[in-house]
Amino acid sequence: MMPFSSADLFLILPELLIVTAACIVFVLDPVLRTSNKDGLVWLSLGTLAVCMGLTASQIQAPATIFSGLVVIDAYGAFWKLLLYFVTGLTILLSHSYLKEERLYFGEYYGFVLLSLVGMMVMVSSSDLLTLYLGTELMSLSLYVMAGLKRSEPRSLEASAKYFVLGAFSSGILLYGISLLYGATGSTRLPEIAAAISGRNLDDPLLLFATILLTVGFGFKLAVVPFHMWTPDVYQGAPTSVTAFMAVAAKAASFGAFLRVFIEGLGGLKANWSAMFLILCLATLILGNVLALVQTNVKRMLAYSSIAHAGYALIGVVATGHMGNSSGIASVLLYLSLYAFMTFGAFAIVAMLRKGGIEGDNIEDFTGLAKRHPVAALLMLIFMVSLAGIPPTAGFIGKLYVFMSAVEAGLPWLAAVALIFAVISAYYYLRLVMVMYMREPSDLSSTSPRMVMSPSLSIVLACAVAGVVIFGIYPNPLVNFAIQAVSALK
Amino acid sequence: MTGFPWLTLLVVLPLAGALAVFAVNERSIKVTALAVAVADLLISLPLWWLFDASSGEMQFVESARWIPSLSINYRLGLDGISLPLVLMTTVLMPLCILISWHSIEIRMQSFMAMLLIMESAMIGVFTALDFVLFYVFWEAMLIPMYLLIGIWGGPNRLYAAIKFLLYTLAGSVLLLVAILVLYFQGGQTFDILQLSQGTYSHSLQFWLFLAFFAAFAVKVPMFPFHTWLPDAHVEAPTAGSVILASVLLKMGTYGFLRFSLPMLPDASQAFTPVMVALSIVAIIYGAYMALAQSDLKKLIAYSSVSHMGFVTLGLFMFNIQGIEGAVMQMVNHGITTGGLFLCVGMIYERTHSRQIADNIGLTKPMPRYATFLVIFSLSSLGLPGTNSFVGEFMILVGAFLWSKIATAFALLGIILAAAYLLWMVQRVAFGVPDPHMLPKLRDVNLREMITVVPLVVLIFVIGIFPNPILTRMHPSVEKVIARVFPPAAEHASVMPRMTPFTPSVERITSQTGPTFSQETQTASEGRP
Repeated sequence: MMPFSSADLFLILPELLIVTAACIVFVLDPVLRTSNKDGLVWLSLGTLAVCMGLTASQIQAPATIFSGLVVIDAYGAFWKLLLYFVTGLTILLSHSYLKEERLYFGEYYGFVLLSLVGMMVMVSSSDLLTLYLGTELMSLSLYVMAGLKRSEPRSLEASAKYFVLGAFSSGILLYGISLLYGATGSTRLPEIAAAISGRNLDDPLLLFATILLTVGFGFKLAVVPFHMWTPDVYQGAPTSVTAFMAVAAKAASFGAFLRVFIEGLGGLKANWSAMFLILCLATLILGNVLALVQTNVKRMLAYSSIAHAGYALIGVVATGHMGNSSGIASVLLYLSLYAFMTFGAFAIVAMLRKGGIEGDNIEDFTGLAKRHPVAALLMLIFMVSLAGIPPTAGFIGKLYVFMSAVEAGLPWLAAVALIFAVISAYYYLRLVMVMYMREPSDLSSTSPRMVMSPSLSIVLACAVAGVVIFGIYPNPLVNFAIQAVSALK
Repeated sequence: MTGFPWLTLLVVLPLAGALAVFAVNERSIKVTALAVAVADLLISLPLWWLFDASSGEMQFVESARWIPSLSINYRLGLDGISLPLVLMTTVLMPLCILISWHSIEIRMQSFMAMLLIMESAMIGVFTALDFVLFYVFWEAMLIPMYLLIGIWGGPNRLYAAIKFLLYTLAGSVLLLVAILVLYFQGGQTFDILQLSQGTYSHSLQFWLFLAFFAAFAVKVPMFPFHTWLPDAHVEAPTAGSVILASVLLKMGTYGFLRFSLPMLPDASQAFTPVMVALSIVAIIYGAYMALAQSDLKKLIAYSSVSHMGFVTLGLFMFNIQGIEGAVMQMVNHGITTGGLFLCVGMIYERTHSRQIADNIGLTKPMPRYATFLVIFSLSSLGLPGTNSFVGEFMILVGAFLWSKIATAFALLGIILAAAYLLWMVQRVAFGVPDPHMLPKLRDVNLREMITVVPLVVLIFVIGIFPNPILTRMHPSVEKVIARVFPPAAEHASVMPRMTPFTPSVERITSQTGPTFSQETQTASEGRP
């Protein structure tokens, strides 16, 4: 038994609280009457608010606990705060969405919370096995959530596909971890780093382990060529779950991935940065080009989220190339800004109804500006931000990523990425065109309808506030990202 | 220099107005928008007199930290080059709102908001002293313009809107890379003035020049990148066309003058032959295309390509006449072409056609309208006494100092301009109307008079007394030239063509000044 103190337990209090809340949700759900089930939502949100305060207080006091399995630092806190926020939005969105879809599953909120715990473990683990546990906890919860629309074959297909490919990628990740253990004799990131620093970097065992880890993470991050599952799963899953996956799961995977590759495999920078450069280019090109031809908004946003992972990877490549920490900081900033705009866009898709069912085709947005000017305006802002046009958050994110690329001596990479940003503007603005410049047909049943509710309003207000405020004044977030990265060793 | 934040007020007021139009009730939307634009004009006017004409430095400078962690600042300032452009913008905006009074039928609130957001961004572009801030303003106007064309435009508006957006976006993303490269090469700053002082290696300048070129040449638009312009112009609503032609195109040439020349002097010189060649091609090609158009808006659009060719030609002469002529011509083209588009908009409201064939012989039914059309056309073809003559003359003097052959080719453009404009005027104003095609047309009403008269006044004021503008820009332009040819190297081998003949602006204007007024009199006497 590994020795640990009660102080260790106090430091993982947020995780413990959320697990407890999840268990309460699971237990109470069958007991409560339907009319009282809203209480579960408030319980979850309240827990998140408390945890937010706890984590914020941990920023200044880094600690390594459970004999080096878990580390509490500003870097982890950055991701955790982002994840609380996104989870909170997910719960609020689901509150309206599940009612509209007639999905009454109290467990849903429990799975969201469990998945969040998995993500939190991922971003704060300094041991590969802890990380693996976190990944599995996150993924297993997501598999269930993706298949929640039991009556719909597409949802089941999404769940099954996600499960099979996810399990496959977890296996590869685990294989990489075991090879790395064989090569370095440890699964702890600091010890791995120490072992690598004294080694011949061309050791095939090390390289093979790095490649397997990259593949394993590549699946979670949905970078090309490991992206195949993304469009199908994103399209089939309930939209609130899609939003959660596209934002929170991606952020957590990036958080864990960066810690492993910077803290653990930092000595192999020269090797992995070349590999990521190729992945990054492939992701940018394929993500953006395939998004062009989509007719379904959820698929389009799925490819867009792939492309955005490509933009974030630019920061990783920049750091690998020159060792400047601004690359990693730019990834943190990028993903946190990406969270606002992507979540906002999915929230609108979720609540857009067409003849009783979810209107997720691009054509379904026809004439939205006439019927729901506010919803159309918000979607316009999210799309402009996703395209990276100022003065929105998306521009600030791209600016910082490209700054780090230019600083690392890769102006050509920034130029290529920006040219694909122009291509992306086409498909983002096509949605704007459909909303604003096409006349809706007269049949009232075919015109889109937004189901507004107080909780949805809060979600949209938070998302648009993030996009606009951080687009104009991103300074606090930039500083926090820089502070978080300085905690990485 | 701290003082009253004139420029911030100029930028923020229209933005606040854009929000305000959503707050007021249906009936007062137009009045609110107009009031905001007029207020902005009134705020900008004092700057003309407060401006210290003897200084080439930035004035009314405001500075605040914006994103310190990325060393991005909020810095605004005006010099003699941006002052006339800012005033041109603030003068044109109320007119754009007036001309849209009845012609916009749907979503009036959003339309006015878009116009006001555009105004904010355009003033921001001309006053920004921080490169990122500049880029934010530069890009921020893409979406409003896209919506202006796409929502309130003509039948083919979707195609025109997305083409405009993709062209300009594709050009400007390379500008962003160039800005970032400059940041790291120029001492980790985005300060435009500081970057303009730096020295960069030749190969770096070469690449940066190409990136700048991509952004600015698309916006101007220079010859091979001009194809978005006729589409956008034809489909845009009148106010959109006016903004496009009068202000947006100037941002491209302003970019060359503010960034390419002072920051990349060596590359600018090396690229001069290319730029001159492209300018001359644009002048002649644009004019030829204008000759062939049957659509009034397309005709003016191609004439813009031709006229902007003169501006880029003047800029890359690197002498005081060329550059001052170019800045003059930027303002003049804004006034004249703006006026022409307003005229087309008025006739379109009446006949619902922009085809020349559908609008023949308007002098009879609309004598006042015909007068305005003739004045704007004569100004556009550079009749002495009107504003464009001053600008084009100075550009040609500047070009003459550089190459006589280039000047000769550029002159062709003026002849062709006379041809396509007079031919158009001959048909539209003085043609024999088909009695069935022209129902009773009402002449220009008071609102429309108010829309065009300011421009007519400016045409003659600038045509006769260009000196107030020239003296204000003189020190700033000299500063740019001093960057391209540092004073110490004045007698170096690159300069022989210029040293023997450097007449000051005062000399040119005093030589030609009297002639202007005489010819104006004869011109106005000879006018029908």
